[in-house]
Amino acid sequence: MQNHVLDYLSEIVKIKPDKTAFADDSEALTFRQVYRQSRAVGSFLHARGIYKQPVVVFMNKHPREIAAFFGVIAGGNFYVPIDEEMPRFRIELILQNVQSPLIICDSRTEALAREFDFQGEIVPYDRIAETPEDPEALREIYDRAIDTDPIYIVFTSGSTGVPKGVAACHRSVIDYIEQLSETLGFDENTVFGNQTPLYFDACLKELYPTLKFGAATWLIPKSLFMFPVKLVEFLNEKQINTVCWVVSALTMISAFGTFRTVTPKYLRTVAFGSEVFPIRQFQLWREALPQASFTNLYGPTEGTGMCCFYKVEREFEENEAIPIGRPFKNTEILLLTEENRQAGEGETGEICIRGTSVTLGYYNNPEKTGEVFVQNPLNTAYPEIIYRTGDLGRYNERGELVFVSRKDYQIKHMGHRIELGEIEANVNLLDEVRISACVYDDRKNKIVLFYVGDAEEGELAGMLKKRLPRYMIPNGIVRREEMLFTANGKIDRKSLKAVWQGQDNTDNIEERKE
Amino acid sequence: MEELLEILRGLHPEVDFETCDSLIDDGILDSFDIVSLIAEIGDCYDVTISAEKIVPENFNSAKAIWRLIRELEDED
Repeated sequence: MQNHVLDYLSEIVKIKPDKTAFADDSEALTFRQVYRQSRAVGSFLHARGIYKQPVVVFMNKHPREIAAFFGVIAGGNFYVPIDEEMPRFRIELILQNVQSPLIICDSRTEALAREFDFQGEIVPYDRIAETPEDPEALREIYDRAIDTDPIYIVFTSGSTGVPKGVAACHRSVIDYIEQLSETLGFDENTVFGNQTPLYFDACLKELYPTLKFGAATWLIPKSLFMFPVKLVEFLNEKQINTVCWVVSALTMISAFGTFRTVTPKYLRTVAFGSEVFPIRQFQLWREALPQASFTNLYGPTEGTGMCCFYKVEREFEENEAIPIGRPFKNTEILLLTEENRQAGEGETGEICIRGTSVTLGYYNNPEKTGEVFVQNPLNTAYPEIIYRTGDLGRYNERGELVFVSRKDYQIKHMGHRIELGEIEANVNLLDEVRISACVYDDRKNKIVLFYVGDAEEGELAGMLKKRLPRYMIPNGIVRREEMLFTANGKIDRKSLKAVWQGQDNTDNIEERKE
Repeated sequence: MEELLEILRGLHPEVDFETCDSLIDDGILDSFDIVSLIAEIGDCYDVTISAEKIVPENFNSAKAIWRLIRELEDED
């Protein structure tokens, strides 16, 4: 039985050593190169005595970064990807959390890495990749691996202002890759076009199936996602036939009439998730690619990538939402009511995940882990951890699971999962701010920040860019004389949202035109 | 032009849009900005920016965006 994710790599390198595995504009790595480099990294870590430790990978999005991930695993460790896109403040919170002995960097990130408050060693990847292989040591590390050992930690938004590191093990990833591959029909001819950053679990969809089947993954330059025609031309040039993208990347193409100029002619598998797909945009895609399959994926990072799927095969009305569908094989969804019983027909409950896909928890954070990785309340006979997503769902009349809303202030914005509380916590830390509140305008997909304080809106935006990732920066910032409160003294988010939507000038212009 | 600068400042209050001519090259605008910018320009100036006009050259500076808007207005 397979108990190690790198079995995918050591098998495929025997069959297709010289086929391109991962590529971007600048470089392509074959399976043999990925294999050799990962073994060099593993040997390097072994020589340093680094074993069963988190190893930070701070590199540009590049095929070598992927080889670094596998190398960290080959050395019996788990990778913690961080990225230039993350502000330094956030990176330092992550470094404090994981206490890694080593950062793997590249020539572009090295100088920045040396500025971090970090006690461990910082080594460029290219130097590490020259390490001679130590086959005996690697063999022993491999033989001692257990499939419940972690292989990565990725960080997700935390409502208190501190990001949470989700740790996942071999077994969860293998389970996910097997089920996802079967559901979406990946094979050796699959050519992935990767859109998502490598520092989230979303890229599991491309990285591991590429190894499993000897497929290929193109890392698409991020800048292309601003320019729809160029993006589709790239897909055609590389003959990309499979994409697993966030919805906003797909609508970026369809919304501007791109298909009148050019269509992605090789695309046959389109998977999307993380957001609601507006039906009008979805129809444009389906008309442009009548032969392709379209699958909605749903799942939190804590459930290893995605855990539910829905193949879109029927017609949808414009006001309908595409369902979450049903769980992958080997995963169960429990819909639990507030009284911890299974929700009845048509009743809303919290979506809870049961099975191998449930990750190990939040790294070095037993308190937060204990809040949502909990004993299955329906099972009092033996220990069994389920993950409570905080998403509310129900089954529709066709028996398909549909998303209803969130229990808290977590939002999905441009495919990113964001706790509005994390933005507020960071704003409130600034001396110039007395109080703040964030709301989400779901009509225009904008994060709106209200605050009372001495800073101008522009100054505040500048300060926030140093602390928060780009996608968490509010799209509207409103300074107020006073905050709005409800009768019992809580911040009145409902009224704030009404204030924003009332003064949103583009709405007024719309009205004027009519 | 003033309305356009207002829209741009709404996206990034701290950027000097009157002088900056590397909005794309320096990564100041991202894909979210482009999408909201196009929607707001469409509303404000009653023009439709189609996919083939969404290229880096047309978005690198406020001036370039303004030129694009004028060009589209003339077409109507």
